[in-house]
Amino acid sequence: MRKLKTPGLLSKRILKGVCHMQKEILEVLKKNSRITVEELAVMLNREAQDIKAAIADLEEKGIIIAYNTVIDWEKAECDIVTAYIEVKVTPQRGQGFDRVAERIYQYPQVVACSLMSGGFDLFVVVEGKTMKEVALFVAEKLAPIEYVLSCATHFVLKKYKDNGVIFNKPCKDEREAVVL
Amino acid sequence: MNIKDMIKPYIVNTPPSGIRKYFDLINEMKDAISLGIGEPDFETPWCIREEGIYSLEKGKTFYSSNAGFIELRNEIARYMENRFKLSYDPTSEILVTVGGSEAIDIALRTFVGPGDEVIVPEPSFVAYKGCVMFTGATPVPVELKAEHRFKLQPDQILEAITERTKAIVIGYPNNPTGATMDYEDYVAIVEVLKDKDIIVLSDELYAELNYKGSHVSIAQFPEMKDKTIVINGFSKAFAMTGWRIGFACGPKDALEQMKKIHQYAIMCSPTMAQYAAIEALKNGEGEMRRMVDEYNRRRRVMTDGFNKMGLSCFEPFGAFYCFPDIRSTGLSSDAFCERLLTEEKVLTVPGNAFGACGEGFVRATYATSIDNIREALVRIKRFVERVRGQ
Repeated sequence: MRKLKTPGLLSKRILKGVCHMQKEILEVLKKNSRITVEELAVMLNREAQDIKAAIADLEEKGIIIAYNTVIDWEKAECDIVTAYIEVKVTPQRGQGFDRVAERIYQYPQVVACSLMSGGFDLFVVVEGKTMKEVALFVAEKLAPIEYVLSCATHFVLKKYKDNGVIFNKPCKDEREAVVL
Repeated sequence: MNIKDMIKPYIVNTPPSGIRKYFDLINEMKDAISLGIGEPDFETPWCIREEGIYSLEKGKTFYSSNAGFIELRNEIARYMENRFKLSYDPTSEILVTVGGSEAIDIALRTFVGPGDEVIVPEPSFVAYKGCVMFTGATPVPVELKAEHRFKLQPDQILEAITERTKAIVIGYPNNPTGATMDYEDYVAIVEVLKDKDIIVLSDELYAELNYKGSHVSIAQFPEMKDKTIVINGFSKAFAMTGWRIGFACGPKDALEQMKKIHQYAIMCSPTMAQYAAIEALKNGEGEMRRMVDEYNRRRRVMTDGFNKMGLSCFEPFGAFYCFPDIRSTGLSSDAFCERLLTEEKVLTVPGNAFGACGEGFVRATYATSIDNIREALVRIKRFVERVRGQ
């Protein structure tokens, strides 16, 4: 009887994860989500319909959550201020930090929210038009939330690298013409 | 005195590489895409660069032993054993050189000289023939064929062997064709060479860039190991071209003599590069795999692109080159490359730059971004359609 159970468990585990092709797809999409299914099929030496199905499966499972663009807002001359906020929280019985986190991440100003190990509990990224706007949001919305003990706000002055992409990196090919 | 008259005739008679003139042209162009440069477009992985920097910061700026730091040779021995199942004694059978190029040069100088013949299968890396000629020996080209996917053919080698044949230079994965040699391919070649007094110089710089399986070295055949000098390096696998660091492995008696030339001509390889190379072998594999995976994806896109536009291109399983057949356009390799560059601003290299039998083909490298490859394919397709319509 136990033997029968094991394969079922195993196959469930495989279904939960991703197959080799899906892993390859994720690697490519991570760098360029605009790539077409046809091009992916050529790159990975697969049929386009298989790629399509694999991506649909990844989306359905919530593994691919969204397709984002990495933007250098400074260059776009758009006023966007980003602050990284260290939040200390009193965990709640039965719900840990989840309930407070949920209250925090609902705000559209909050673009990221993670539970941390170490000196504080929640790491919250807030975006706004001005420093004042962000500071007011922290003072009026974030800090007063029940169970939030303290907030330490750090404003981003300059972004060098984000999402694995180095900003302001010249993309000129500097290879000299060599004879070989 | 006219200084020109003082130069040795075989230096004067060695033709310069045929690639140069195109590079001069592209330098003056805007928005040109180069599929011409035979080097990785990736920067050296940071962990490797950092080791080079550290060595300078710590003032480690002195000569190393002639053969290279023993720590590096130990790492190379470990690497050759783990990756290719080839055992070499780090103290006597490994020599760290200034790129694979120096290894090719000193190996040839050690074994061949005036009156000797060296078999050079073509199309191949332009330096083989030149380096043979600089020794005063005669290169004997063997013309590899597209129908054999540019693999070595035993009967062709047998035909080229004379009493004067001293060595054969083979380079797989191959520049410029992207061809590879599998174990089965080598079996017949080994049959031809095993009983002959012919040295094999096996240039395996592209060994890691093999997209079909594991790289096979002719030295893996026990009957060949004692007559083979394996040349490898860091330039292609670890994107370290500018560091100039490579190595040669082979029988002790040969390496000892090669080391003499290296010692008198070079002293030792740049030590900054040696420190970086140690890091490459210790911790660089992950980054190297990432680059190989990326080349592999680009390779498929480029090969597919050429075949779809009717420039038949066998699937290259090694290096970072496609070698499409352009004969269907009715143009010569030179005319194709020149017109493609002036009309569509895409640089490729004519196949005959790598030996006469490369005529009818062009070399295009996918060591460039996928965006460049995509755009280059659009332009080449437009060009080919226009030429065919004329």
